[in-house]
Amino acid sequence: MIRKIVAGLALVAVVAAGVVLWLGLRHDRDVAGSSPLVMNGADRIERGRYLAQLGDCRACHTVQGSADYAGGRLIPTPFGRFYSPNITPDDDTGIGRWSADDFWLALHEGRGRDGQLLYPVFPYTNYARMARDDSDALYAYLRTLPAVPQPSRAHDLAFPYRWRLMLVGWRALFFRPAVFVPRPEQTPAWNRGAYLVQGLTHCSACHEARNALGGTQARDNPAGGLVLDWYAPVLSASSEAGLQDWPEQHIVDLLASGKSPRASAMGPMAEVVYESLQHASADDLQAMAVYLKSVPLTEKPEPEKALPRVLDQDLPRALASGGKLYAEHCAQCHGDDGKGRTPAGPALAGNRALTMDSAVNPIRIVLFGGYTPGTPGNPRPYGMPPFSSSLSKQEVADVLSYVRRSWGNQARAVTAVEVERNSGGPLW
Amino acid sequence: MKRALLACLMLLLLGGAAAAAQTAPHELDSIEQRVLPCSACHGAEGRATRDGYYPRIAGKPAGYLYNQLLNFRDNRRVNAQMTYLVQRQTDAYLMEIAQHFSEQDLPYPPAEPPRAVPAVLERGMTLVRAGDSARGLPACQACHGDRLTGVAPAVPGLVGLPYDYLAAQLGAWREHTRHAHQPDCMADIASRLSPEDLGAVAAWLAAQPMPADTHPATAFTAPPPMECGGLSAAARSAP
Repeated sequence: MIRKIVAGLALVAVVAAGVVLWLGLRHDRDVAGSSPLVMNGADRIERGRYLAQLGDCRACHTVQGSADYAGGRLIPTPFGRFYSPNITPDDDTGIGRWSADDFWLALHEGRGRDGQLLYPVFPYTNYARMARDDSDALYAYLRTLPAVPQPSRAHDLAFPYRWRLMLVGWRALFFRPAVFVPRPEQTPAWNRGAYLVQGLTHCSACHEARNALGGTQARDNPAGGLVLDWYAPVLSASSEAGLQDWPEQHIVDLLASGKSPRASAMGPMAEVVYESLQHASADDLQAMAVYLKSVPLTEKPEPEKALPRVLDQDLPRALASGGKLYAEHCAQCHGDDGKGRTPAGPALAGNRALTMDSAVNPIRIVLFGGYTPGTPGNPRPYGMPPFSSSLSKQEVADVLSYVRRSWGNQARAVTAVEVERNSGGPLW
Repeated sequence: MKRALLACLMLLLLGGAAAAAQTAPHELDSIEQRVLPCSACHGAEGRATRDGYYPRIAGKPAGYLYNQLLNFRDNRRVNAQMTYLVQRQTDAYLMEIAQHFSEQDLPYPPAEPPRAVPAVLERGMTLVRAGDSARGLPACQACHGDRLTGVAPAVPGLVGLPYDYLAAQLGAWREHTRHAHQPDCMADIASRLSPEDLGAVAAWLAAQPMPADTHPATAFTAPPPMECGGLSAAARSAP
């Protein structure tokens, strides 16, 4: 009897292992698909150059001030420190020996040339949606770059993530390679926008919450998470960054210039605008706006748990102190009434970047200040001064509590502990 | 427009002193408003604060300031806060910002009391004024001007700066954490100085009162003794 049970269990284990291995290692047979991006007159290399820009490839694969695409940029994650690889066509240290098929497998299936499974910090979970002809164009463009002999730096990962073998299980759970299939009932602009947002521009790599294992929720539609020490707000909730009720032009303005009547791009999004989206064609921006407006609204995201809360009895003191600090340091640009002073200081009353449950971005903006990106649509941006050296963590918490709870804003108050927690890490 | 005028009038009539205190002395749509973040560390109008590590930027030559903005952006100089603020701006805007601060003609505070004993100050003065030909060190004023107030557009002044800042910068060059455009003449010079020499030079410079004419010289009086990448970079980017 016992022997039978053991044999049965063993069989279950073998089958389970087999399923995991199959799911984690299988190849995608359906590799066709053609790009919904129409680019008249562009040859393959020109098309690839544009796609590389839209995919923001250079930002991760370049250390600022060093050779383009030669890799080495640090990408901090909860799993450890990743360093982007060299993707110039150098034979020994870059992708010089890669074929177009190798490149396709990396984008579409997250595999390196030697079959090595790639970490999903490289958003192949999005690139898997791209069509083969766009992969080939991107490859053709990367071949034209100057070859830079620079060995890729090894990742510095925590246990057990440094074992690549674990990726088999991860892939079995979270990764299904499949090219984008246009939906016939939708307009060409919608399909084009969906193809870009879900694939090449990999919006969900940041705007979709990752679970404890780093898996996105494997839905098409972006939804919030903490990335690169900033909070990427949810695109499916009107309380965060949902764009459903925005005029198309405002979305286009935000993506192209980093500035729009209701929001500005700061932190990692400022980089996306500066490096990538400001170069997007008017058609592609409009297509992305059409698609982003159509993202179905979901329920309001769960408030973050396990956060220290401001005690009721401490709230009056915090708000009084915050109000005083606001009058002294903030009102000059943001107005006594929190309505802002156009064009220099944005309104804080009703500003979603400030009122969403996560206080991470407001904390970082008060501590480190920052400018919106300089773009043709906004060539001389205004900036927020950094207050990390003039205000204590408690003062930053107080002033944030005040602005999050004034002029009709109803967000929770912020503690000094929370400010402290978000005061480190590389600036972005 | 009418409404704005009316609003201004109301403010004047009703707001009184409180409103006046909160109204910035410059237009909102101005370069002064745009560079407010700089004041957080560099002081109002770039005149520096009491914190000795953040330098005065008011009145420094535009080409020098512009080069530094590029150096922070391109990782030749290391300061996370500076890089963060300038990294996603166009060259034209960074030049406008540099130009703006170069045009700030503000009085200087009195020099710091000397931070070293007379023998060290003496050593510093000798290095600044005469260099050390045995070690291939030119005198500072050969590039930084007879008054040591810099030479427009690319060479910064060395006086009117605190000891902490000067010592930190010379040290950073020596330790290869501050770089300039290639060829990096200051890296070359700092590598030939001992830490004691660096301290002596910084101590003497920080203790000097400003000369009557505090402005950068407009031209070199003799060709500079070394080739410096910052000079050619500034020449390339001259507005």
